Amino acid sequence: MFREVLEAALIIAIVLGASRGIAGRERWVAGGVLLGLLGAGGVAVLANVASAEFSGNGQAILNAVILLGAVVMLTWHNVWMSSHGRQLAAAIGAVGSAVQEGSRPLFALLVVTLAAVMREGSEAVLFLWAIAADGEQGARMVLGGLGGVVAGVLVGLLLYLGLLRIPVGHFFSVTRWLILLLAAGLAAQAAGFLNQAGVLPALGDGLWDTSHILNQGSIVGQLLHILVGYIARPSGIEIVFYVGTLLTMLTLMRPAKRIARAG
Amino acid sequence: MSVRCVLAALGMWFLALPALAEQDAPVLVVHDRQFLPQELVLPAGVKLKLVVRNQDGIPLEFESYDLSREAVIAGHSENTIYVGPLQPGRYRFFNDFNHAMQGTIVVRPADGKGQ
Repeated sequence: MFREVLEAALIIAIVLGASRGIAGRERWVAGGVLLGLLGAGGVAVLANVASAEFSGNGQAILNAVILLGAVVMLTWHNVWMSSHGRQLAAAIGAVGSAVQEGSRPLFALLVVTLAAVMREGSEAVLFLWAIAADGEQGARMVLGGLGGVVAGVLVGLLLYLGLLRIPVGHFFSVTRWLILLLAAGLAAQAAGFLNQAGVLPALGDGLWDTSHILNQGSIVGQLLHILVGYIARPSGIEIVFYVGTLLTMLTLMRPAKRIARAG
Repeated sequence: MSVRCVLAALGMWFLALPALAEQDAPVLVVHDRQFLPQELVLPAGVKLKLVVRNQDGIPLEFESYDLSREAVIAGHSENTIYVGPLQPGRYRFFNDFNHAMQGTIVVRPADGKGQ
């Protein structure tokens, strides 16, 4: 439970940090959380009611689509930021002001938040249902689950508050790198799901294995898995998606910067 | 060789692939909060379909960091997961909804004594 909430909380913390100074972002992020919770309930019901349809490739492909949707939106956000970052930093300097300009990537905030909450939330719902159905053990484990929710939200809050302490001059270059690595990690996860569904080849199983150095199941391993896409034993296709996303985003972010300088 | 021949061969290849996978799909059963077998032996070097069949009434999440796989499986249902081609070795998996439930996939060389 902690892991599910942690993943969603960290992604929301980064998104909130990266969208600092954009007018209306709170409403769109809150909307994403709400829609995500609804979607999570929907997926949980779907998994139980339509388990036959959902059990084949459906589930893995749905996961991949959600993840790739988030990657596209994070890319859009970063490209937009590379031309508006300075303006935003200036806006933050002037207390209370925010960038009101059109075509702000508000929809991106909504989709990324929705994706994070929906994906992790549906697992959380099924998990809670599984332990609630477990009889005598249930009550104690529900408490444990609630503890996990609180702990996950707290870690997300800490990350957000930590981000806010970064000097404004460096703030958006830090969040830009965070978003870049987050998106690459999500893309690698999507590749894993597409491979699991039999849609994409593995291109080599476990090209290296660092699980003896840093176990992916450990707290640090999980944190790095969420934040920068750490996979202890990656397959070729996961690496292709990771590197491909990094290069694509870096390429897209570059021309936008030049245009901003020219204009 | 005529075009028709090539097409026919291609068609048979496409038809044969899923059929082969279907035939020897290994099954991992979940019963009474246990993975059965606890150690599932699979051949190395081939892509295969693994069926995880949940016979319990509560959902579970089959997860493996070693295999980079995760799938939620509702109560009294099953899920198909593609794995491999794998190298020989041991791959741990667990139920992310109940970490007491664990097991291992043991991958052995397909041509060796392991089969």
